[in-house]
Formats: sequence, C-alpha cells, structure tokens
Amino acid sequence: MTSSASTGGLTVSVLLFARYAELVGRSRVEISLAGGATVGDLIDEFRRQVPESLTLPRRPLCAVNLTHVLSGHPLRNGDEVAILPPLAGG
Amino acid sequence: MPFLSDAPLDLARLTARVQGPERGGIASFLGVVRSEHGGRAVVRLDYSAYHEMAEAECGRIVAEAESRWPVQVALEHRIGTLEVGEVAVAVVVAGAHRDEAFAACRHVIDELKRRAPIWKREHFADGGLDWVGSTDVGVGRP
Repeated sequence: MTSSASTGGLTVSVLLFARYAELVGRSRVEISLAGGATVGDLIDEFRRQVPESLTLPRRPLCAVNLTHVLSGHPLRNGDEVAILPPLAGG
Repeated sequence: MPFLSDAPLDLARLTARVQGPERGGIASFLGVVRSEHGGRAVVRLDYSAYHEMAEAECGRIVAEAESRWPVQVALEHRIGTLEVGEVAVAVVVAGAHRDEAFAACRHVIDELKRRAPIWKREHFADGGLDWVGSTDVGVGRP
C-alpha cells in the first residue's frame, strides 16, 4: 500500500450488488486505509478483511462516487466505492 | 425524468417526449425479455441496479448523444421482475433526419449495456436461477 503517515488515514464505504452481495453476504462494508490509498489498495485490503470476498475477481469493475474508475484511482476519506459485477443491462 | 422505471415501458409516451415539428426522423430500440439463453428455456428475469449510479450514467450517455448528434433522446430501463416478452429497455431518438437518429440510438443502447450498473438474474424453466454474466466469479479464488 502507498501509505503516507503525513496525509493521515481514510475510511471509505464499499458497496456490493447482485451476485457479489450474495457471495459476500453483505451489501455495505466500511474499510479503513492509509492515506494515499488507491482503489486497487482498497480491493487488496477488502480481500484481507473480508474472507468471503476472495471469490470475487482480483481486479473487479469499480466505481467511486457514481463514476467508473480504474484501479489506480486515488481515494479520499468518505468516498463511496462500488464493486460492480459484470454489467447486464438491456 | 428518471431513467429507471418499475412500471411497464410505454413506447408511445417516450416517443411523444422527443417528437417535434422540426424532427423528421425517429428511431427506436426496444430490448425484450427472450425465452432462451445458452440453450436453456427462460421464464422470467429479475432486474436490479445501483440506482443512483445507473441514473447518473444514463444521464451522461444521453447528454453525450445529444451533444454528438443534433437529436433528442428518451431512455428508460425497467427494474424488477419481467416475464418473457416484456420490454426491459426502450430508447427513442428524434432528429431532423434518419442518419443521426439511427446513429444516436445505436450509441445509446450500446453504451447503456457497456456502462450502466444494471444486473439481471434468470429464472429457467428447469427451476434453475443464475445471474447473467457471472462467469467471472471465482477468477480470484486463491
């Protein structure tokens, strides 16, 4: 993790939907991270803290605050991070 | 105007929303629940969504289409349980001529399928139940 003591820690909400919510058994989890953490860091930490999440892909589709992002996206305190199963609209 | 609806979609109502005296070409697309998937008989689908993001993403897709082509777009996606034959998504695009209407309509449905956080679970005639597109699950298994 790209931790930086000078920027302090942050807490984000992880939202799960559809099949992923069923697999993990929850639809919302709060995760605390070191400052400077990215979405990729969050997924790694989520996998460490929530054993049920190990069945999810290592690099799932993610959104932060209602917008699609890549795994290098930097997180801020209070962000809402959604882990999205394969989309199937239409 | 919300993009997600838990009531049946109405093509005539969506068309009326984009019609205008200067718009001579109207293209529409309806996505309808099919009775078969992967060789198995389907009886119904449950649609669910990350509502806030689906609304935001649909808004972005419509805005993109309306800025790229001189058109007006109406888009709605159904959420909830749908039987075979029911309309799951409707796109109606009106422009001065058919070229921009067809192009923008195609863009909107393609981008919705690629970007909108919407999911469906199939109920099969044999009693089975499965999420569509869930084959990635297990990829990360240690």
